[in-house]
Amino acid sequence: MALMSLDVTRRSASTSAAPSVRSGAIPDVAKLIDVSRCIGCKACQAACMEWNDLRDEVGTNLGTLQNPQDLTDRSWTVMRFYEQEVGDRGLQWLIVKDGCLHCEDPGCLRACPAPGAIVQYANGIVDFQQDRCIGCGYCQTGCPFDVPRFSARDQKAYKCTLCSDRVAVGLEPACVKTCPTQALSFGSKADMRDLADERVRELRERGLGQAAIYDPAGVKGTHVVYVLPHGDPGLYRLPAKPEVSPLVAFWRGGVAKTLGVLTMVGVVVAGIFHYMKVGPMEVDEHEEGRRP
Amino acid sequence: MRPMENVPAGPALLTRYTHAERLTHWAVAVAYVALFLSGLAMFHPFFYWTSALFGGGPFMRVIHPFLGATFAVLFYAYALRLVRDNLLVPSDRRWLAGMFRYMNKKGAEIPVEGKYNAGQKLMYWSMVVVIALLLVTGLLMWRPYFAPGVPIPLRRLANAIHAAMAFVMFVGIGIHVYAAYWTKGSIRAMTRGTVTRAWARFHHPGWYAKVAGKDAP
Repeated sequence: MALMSLDVTRRSASTSAAPSVRSGAIPDVAKLIDVSRCIGCKACQAACMEWNDLRDEVGTNLGTLQNPQDLTDRSWTVMRFYEQEVGDRGLQWLIVKDGCLHCEDPGCLRACPAPGAIVQYANGIVDFQQDRCIGCGYCQTGCPFDVPRFSARDQKAYKCTLCSDRVAVGLEPACVKTCPTQALSFGSKADMRDLADERVRELRERGLGQAAIYDPAGVKGTHVVYVLPHGDPGLYRLPAKPEVSPLVAFWRGGVAKTLGVLTMVGVVVAGIFHYMKVGPMEVDEHEEGRRP
Repeated sequence: MRPMENVPAGPALLTRYTHAERLTHWAVAVAYVALFLSGLAMFHPFFYWTSALFGGGPFMRVIHPFLGATFAVLFYAYALRLVRDNLLVPSDRRWLAGMFRYMNKKGAEIPVEGKYNAGQKLMYWSMVVVIALLLVTGLLMWRPYFAPGVPIPLRRLANAIHAAMAFVMFVGIGIHVYAAYWTKGSIRAMTRGTVTRAWARFHHPGWYAKVAGKDAP
């Protein structure tokens, strides 16, 4: 069930409007991830596990701090560690908190064929409703950031909820609550953009002239915003211009769906009309099938 | 041979499809209907109710690819039996040129050389290709067995092709079903296995000449 203390503004695979009578009073929210302040302590990973009651399989140490190696159905956020040559600044150790970016225009929601299995709340959070998930994997094709993961136990998709249950009662997400360096902040999208601007200004004053905000316009902005000290998203393995793939947009879009339905109706109507106008092709048995 | 009371008075009947061919055809048909209904639920929310026929959304999603694999095996087993009769011959071009006149009863059907007319042959080959595409793209998107190993851009392409081909197939099967209903005597061929001599002489004179001797009582 979607959290009914939060308005739903969009539902996957729905032909009617989502219940949204309370809309208007709820501001957009956002989480700000300031990469320049992150020390890679992974307290956010632990907090996420704890609040969401998730316990992933214990993996193996592959000689890197990154653990687990990737997002999973039970690891909704992962600190990624990159040793990266950055121009004349030399070798940099980049730490990127990975997880759902909560797109304003969510590709997962557009691709999902199960009514109400993916919803977007009025505050912008994109949430999976696992009780409605059918396990098809379309959300993975819709997502430009490779975020949704399937559970081998129940074949349902999981990802960061931005702690929608906490946000609904006025709390900040668990990762933000626990972050010891204020690398993570949470608030209204407008406030977070202001804070991001401020952080970028500070970074530029400190000599990081390329510092930039990552709030990609291709998905109409995200509700998880990054401050990237070296600017170029590629250094942080973030797509430079993420968008919902045109293939997904077309195939799951209104035009293709309407064309499909019209095709089916067309075939049936054409058959009926032809039969009514031309009539059946019969063979005169008494004429012994002689050609007319 | 069927008991004679089911047979119209007059000439004896010719066998057009054996028991095995008819049973395979109808197995393919049943699988197709189930496949189409289950797939439709994932195409448009307007049709999501069809998932109820398969025990709800999650089970529909599980069963659809298994139905598809079964369908493909049955279809190609059947298609293999028919391949020789569906090879295109020069006279097929003439048949196609007169097809629309024939469909509108504006002119006689161009005499058919073999067991199938050119329209049937083109349907055969288009289904052979379309079902191959559906099979390959379906395998690429089959969770949890194959899809996790397929790069996501390829899955996007597979999804789109799968949906497009499903509609090409709907049109093809629609024409196939209607043509069978329109051409009186055809459905009998695929249900009871036999056609009348008059029907054979009229629709497939070449085939009639070949089998009439053999099948004569």
